[in-house]
Amino acid sequence: MTSGRRALRSPSFVLGMGLLSAVVVGMALTPLSPYDPVAVNLSEALQPPNASHWLGTDNLGRDVLTRVMAAAWIDLQIALVCVALPFALGSVIGAVSGYVGGRTDAIVMRVVDILWAFPFYVLVVAIVGSLGPGIVNMYLAFTLVVWISFARIVRGEVLVVKRAEYVLAARLLGFSHPRIVLRHILPNVITPAIIYAMADVVLTIVAVTSLSFLGLGIQPPAAEWGLMIAEGRNFIFDAWWISTFPGLAIILVGIAFTLLGDGLDDVLRPKG
Amino acid sequence: MAPIHTQPLLSVRDLVTVFEMPGRSARGVDGVSFEVGQGEVFGLVGESGCGKTATCRSILRLFAGAPARIERGEILFGGLDLLRLDEERLSDIRGAQVAMIFQDPMTSLNPTMRIGAQIGEGLRRHQKLGRAEARRRAFELLASVGVPNPASRLDDYPHQFSGGMRQRVMIAIALACRPKLLIADEPTTALDVTIQDQILKLLLRLKNEYGMSVLIVTHDLGVVAQTCDRVAVMYAGRIAELAEARSLFRNPRHPYTRALLKSLPGLEIEGRRLAPIGGAPPDLARLPPGCRFHPRCAYAVAECRAQLPPLILVGEGHATACIRHESLP
Amino acid sequence: MNSAAPLLQVNSLVKGFPARRSLAALMRGEKPRALQAVRGVSLELATGETLGLVGESGCGKSTLGRCIAGLYRPTSGSVFYRGEPLHGRETRRQSSRRVQMIFQDPYASLNPQLSVERTLAEVIRVHGLAKGRSAIADRVDELLLQVGLSPQAKSQLPHTFSGGQRQRISIARALAVEPEIIIADEPVSALDVSIQAQIVNLFIELRERLGLAYLFIAHDLNVVRHVSDRIAVMYLGQIVEVAATRELFRQPGHPYTRSLLSAIPKPDPDHRSHSVSLEGELPDPHFPPSGCNFNTRCPLVVERCRIESPELLEHSPARAVRCHRAFQVEVG
Repeated sequence: MTSGRRALRSPSFVLGMGLLSAVVVGMALTPLSPYDPVAVNLSEALQPPNASHWLGTDNLGRDVLTRVMAAAWIDLQIALVCVALPFALGSVIGAVSGYVGGRTDAIVMRVVDILWAFPFYVLVVAIVGSLGPGIVNMYLAFTLVVWISFARIVRGEVLVVKRAEYVLAARLLGFSHPRIVLRHILPNVITPAIIYAMADVVLTIVAVTSLSFLGLGIQPPAAEWGLMIAEGRNFIFDAWWISTFPGLAIILVGIAFTLLGDGLDDVLRPKG
Repeated sequence: MAPIHTQPLLSVRDLVTVFEMPGRSARGVDGVSFEVGQGEVFGLVGESGCGKTATCRSILRLFAGAPARIERGEILFGGLDLLRLDEERLSDIRGAQVAMIFQDPMTSLNPTMRIGAQIGEGLRRHQKLGRAEARRRAFELLASVGVPNPASRLDDYPHQFSGGMRQRVMIAIALACRPKLLIADEPTTALDVTIQDQILKLLLRLKNEYGMSVLIVTHDLGVVAQTCDRVAVMYAGRIAELAEARSLFRNPRHPYTRALLKSLPGLEIEGRRLAPIGGAPPDLARLPPGCRFHPRCAYAVAECRAQLPPLILVGEGHATACIRHESLP
Repeated sequence: MNSAAPLLQVNSLVKGFPARRSLAALMRGEKPRALQAVRGVSLELATGETLGLVGESGCGKSTLGRCIAGLYRPTSGSVFYRGEPLHGRETRRQSSRRVQMIFQDPYASLNPQLSVERTLAEVIRVHGLAKGRSAIADRVDELLLQVGLSPQAKSQLPHTFSGGQRQRISIARALAVEPEIIIADEPVSALDVSIQAQIVNLFIELRERLGLAYLFIAHDLNVVRHVSDRIAVMYLGQIVEVAATRELFRQPGHPYTRSLLSAIPKPDPDHRSHSVSLEGELPDPHFPPSGCNFNTRCPLVVERCRIESPELLEHSPARAVRCHRAFQVEVG
């Protein structure tokens, strides 16, 4: 069965793609909103969901729906970059370390073990805290901390694949080491890393929104889900919609990527 | 020589087992009938995909998660139709009256359980023995299958045994409750030839001691010749030929059997080309019309495409599914 | 290059693997035991000759094959090609054109992501054996036809092919560099019997057409018998007997060879063997027996066998046996 057909048969994949597509469509439609996500309009403040503001307004009169959609742009972008960078860095380090073996591998693995001992949030907060808030520092923090997960996964696969007969054949045919790693090993070890990356997107979204919630990430007046939840904290009993809808957005996107990850697992690693 | 005239121990009649895969279904066993007599060694031989393993798994309905469904047939054993038994009754029979050993001793034994406990498990389940009694019996069994130092080995784990020794342990587990029928699915395929020789001879000795029957599944015609009383050659889910071992080798009456025998290396002069059977076995989901072997058969005629040939008797206890058997040399 | 030197010569090759102690063993203070997979093997291969290498698991034949091919570095000993060291002198790319290898598992022998065409084309391109897309494509077609496959299938991925076909593709890949020696490590063991015969025939055909020399490693003596000019029998890392094929079967000189031959189940129900051919188990290769490796199981064992290790002695040209009691048949 082709992977295309497998994809369509996997309920997780279809659902996940469906949800994600809905999110993307929503994001694409954001510029059509008549409301400005950052402009303050106190006369409209604290309106519950109604006909003109489908999800209500916040304490500064900004349309919640517009802000939730605008925040999607920021949060998803950051999350994807914060997964892609460690994915790339970690995969390369893991592949080279696993392939070369010996002392190099031992040293790299000791570094990984040491970093692994620190709780993820502690490290990220420490780095962002010392460098100061902002997008670039967040990219840096995540890359420096998350690469180890990908390195471990890829290295583990490489250790197995490098003993496979087709890799031995490549060595015997006199292929150079870079060629062997890039053409013969990496494509065959990257699948678990990709699937993990999907799960990592969900973790990263939570982490990014949490950092902003704590004031360490994106700064106001930007629209960002974590920030919106923080800003709505004080109004939770009277204007529940300010914090609730960004929260639901996080959950929805999380479910979408989780399903997509499961679906990709079905497509890339068919069982039975 | 196996007694052919007394009541058979196992009687498989028109067994059909279907394997469902997404988008296609294949009849792994397609109308197979044979009998295993008391005290007899019966061989099911064929290449991979012929249905021999599927057949013996159907007997005990041990499909290990494979998407298999028994569509029809009867499997008569001791007056019962095994296919009509519910799971609970069948599990009473498994291990106690019909036992099975498998090809890969590595994965057939529980790696986290001591050998003595694994042998004793069946005894405690089926014969309700107490722990000390089960242990004593496990010790006897280990000794009878030729494991040296059985007393100390009882407390060892599977990984501490070699491949040949693990196979002996599997045999001990299988024989613990003195089953009437032992099904051996490629029991020696994964073993070195000298160990294979030991295990096969052990099986034959124990068969005589215990007075049981053995259904052995293999792809190795040499194993068949050395151990079996009667043999069924399978191809693409059906039986091609069924006969006493001597008759099969001396006077094969099916082109597939003949071709298999001819393709065996070691019999002919060295350096001469082997005579392989051209082509490959058919995809069970896309079978050729009529006789399944006809696309590869040197004796095929138009009639062979027309319908599935039935098993016809061509001699005493010798049947073949070939309509052209008389034209064979 | 020395034209009088044999095509391939292996001298006293030893290959050991360092031991890995479990934590429990470490705590008990056990010394690490290295595993000597190959204990001093010497052999020669002439141009166009096929040497069969047989033995059961743990005898070291696969390890030996990989050392000769250059996948492992020997602990000691040397491998010569026409009088010059095979590895170390030239680049890996150059020496890859002398010796190639076919592996046992057809399902792991091909990169699952690359089509047949890309797999073969890569070899041709990297070695510069043809230039330009059409020349390379022609050569790919030629190779496929040579191994009995249709060039039409070349854009397919490995998983669409059967085991036998995959082995053919692996052979085509090995032939792409035009080697003189092919080491075949159990090339048909994982295949069905009728496919085995096809692949064995292919090896014979290619040998005749291309003048290849083979080191044919297998555990199935019957298969080896068909392709080999000479056969070497291995046990626990050593060669215990070498002989011309017909001679080995007609008159085995070493008791292990005799046991091995009699253990093969003959497809003849009229001649059933009733006694076990060889008792006992292979000794733990970490702790080989003193004296002759085979003494723990040998039907002809005498006291000398437990004390003194026999040498591989030539009994006649092309026949060597490592046994104090070579060719003797009575017990005791």
